[in-house]
Amino acid sequence: MKGLGDIYATLCRTAAAVQLQYRAELLIWLIWAVVQPVVYLIVWLTVAKAQGGRVGGFTGGEFAAYYIAVMLVNHITFTWVMHEFEYRIRSGSFSPLLLQPLHPIHRDLVENVVYKALTLTVLLPVAGLLGWFFEPQAHPQPWAVAAFVPALVMAFAVRFLVEWALALSAFWTTRVGACNQLYFAVLLFLSGRMAPLELMPSWVQTLASVLPFRWVLSFPVELILGRLTPEEAQAGFAAQGAWLALGLGLVALVWRRGLRQYGAVGA
Amino acid sequence: MSYLRLFWVLMRIGLLNEMAYRANFYFQVLQSLLSLATALGSLAVVFAHTTSLGGWQPAELVALLGVYQVMSGLIGLVIQPSMERLMEDVRRGTLDFTLTKPEDAQLLVSVGEVQMWKLVDVGIGLMVLGTALVQLGIGLGLAQALTFGVALLAGATIVYSFWLILAACSFWFVKVENILMIFQGVYEAGRWPVGMYPRWLRAALTFVVPVAFAVTVPAEAVVGRLTWPVLGLALGLALGMLVGARVFWKWGLRHYSGASA
Repeated sequence: MKGLGDIYATLCRTAAAVQLQYRAELLIWLIWAVVQPVVYLIVWLTVAKAQGGRVGGFTGGEFAAYYIAVMLVNHITFTWVMHEFEYRIRSGSFSPLLLQPLHPIHRDLVENVVYKALTLTVLLPVAGLLGWFFEPQAHPQPWAVAAFVPALVMAFAVRFLVEWALALSAFWTTRVGACNQLYFAVLLFLSGRMAPLELMPSWVQTLASVLPFRWVLSFPVELILGRLTPEEAQAGFAAQGAWLALGLGLVALVWRRGLRQYGAVGA
Repeated sequence: MSYLRLFWVLMRIGLLNEMAYRANFYFQVLQSLLSLATALGSLAVVFAHTTSLGGWQPAELVALLGVYQVMSGLIGLVIQPSMERLMEDVRRGTLDFTLTKPEDAQLLVSVGEVQMWKLVDVGIGLMVLGTALVQLGIGLGLAQALTFGVALLAGATIVYSFWLILAACSFWFVKVENILMIFQGVYEAGRWPVGMYPRWLRAALTFVVPVAFAVTVPAEAVVGRLTWPVLGLALGLALGMLVGARVFWKWGLRHYSGASA
């Protein structure tokens, strides 16, 4: 009987081998990671220039830092399980995964982490290049930099669990495309990807804090940019912890219910 | 003339094929409205902090958004599905069936697949455009409507040629679907006027991935910002790329080895 550690090591090696076959594909997908934050950065730089150098609490350099951080944090925390599950369940290719004596979430987790590790080797230099061009400014305290790492890991965990649970809605309907699109539209505004939450109307900020959206992207970004007080950071970690527990519960619940719903193609 | 007739026949076959899946219509309406709401939301957030963006008024940007949606609809209606099908056919060798037909192969593959419900995007885009024009108080005169039509046609031609050239690359490199992802990823940048971007990026959006001619130029035509030299450039580029794509397609076809090779 092998431990989970051995299983993970093997899964890592196979995932890396599979993904490295398609090196060009890895690069091309990165375009999606880069274009959107750069576009919004330029939009806000244009606004800042028209408004005499600053918008709300952001100068041009701070916008640059914000969107470069958003690009990296979003890349690290994003998942593609919602797209994947639609295909998996509609095509019936989910069945073989269910036969394995291992919860499929482990495999998804490993594939996600391996992909991030491989692609960051390219995205980090891109971030450096953008930094050289747009001259970002940020003044984080040392404690904030230290707190950034656990905040990032928690953000990834929360987003992974929430999106995995949502992806399981494909068990009930095979047409989840529209639901997914709704989720991503909400994510765009409430996670801080479109604009810093500070610049949003207050009801959007409240909604973002009550729901998991602020904690999966905006919170680590605000932290590394030095825009949070220690008290706000603590509250953020508490919210992340709460959503982590909630996410775990949600995955367990939906998984058990969903499996009973699943009628595989050909079954 | 027979080319045009063939084009319509192929379009109609595609339309009839999709009539069988009517529920898709409602999903398409839902998705189009959602993407429109997202785009309008972004504009609302930006214009809560400024009165103009790179010299464009809010209503003018809404007009741009309408053009963006119309162009997305046209791409999704026939260009993208047909080109994806072409690449798939090259990969599986089933392009043989098309090549043996006694009509021009480029025409056949260019209308190889039609996703009719994308017309919803075109319709919604036109409505958005109309609303924006009413807000701007611009009565669309015949001359302006004509310029807009020409600019839109030139833009669509440029996008089509660009996709055909990319898709024809599959004659050499079999797996190129992902190259098309480049276009889709970059196309999003067209939601905003390209004049806003730094010079190097503007050049890339004009000549590497022709987003500027696809969206910004027709939008400029409709809000009365277009200058004649730009329209001339768009027309020239459209013609040049159409010829270029044709030559490249013919050249690529000679490298196609078929299913059994």
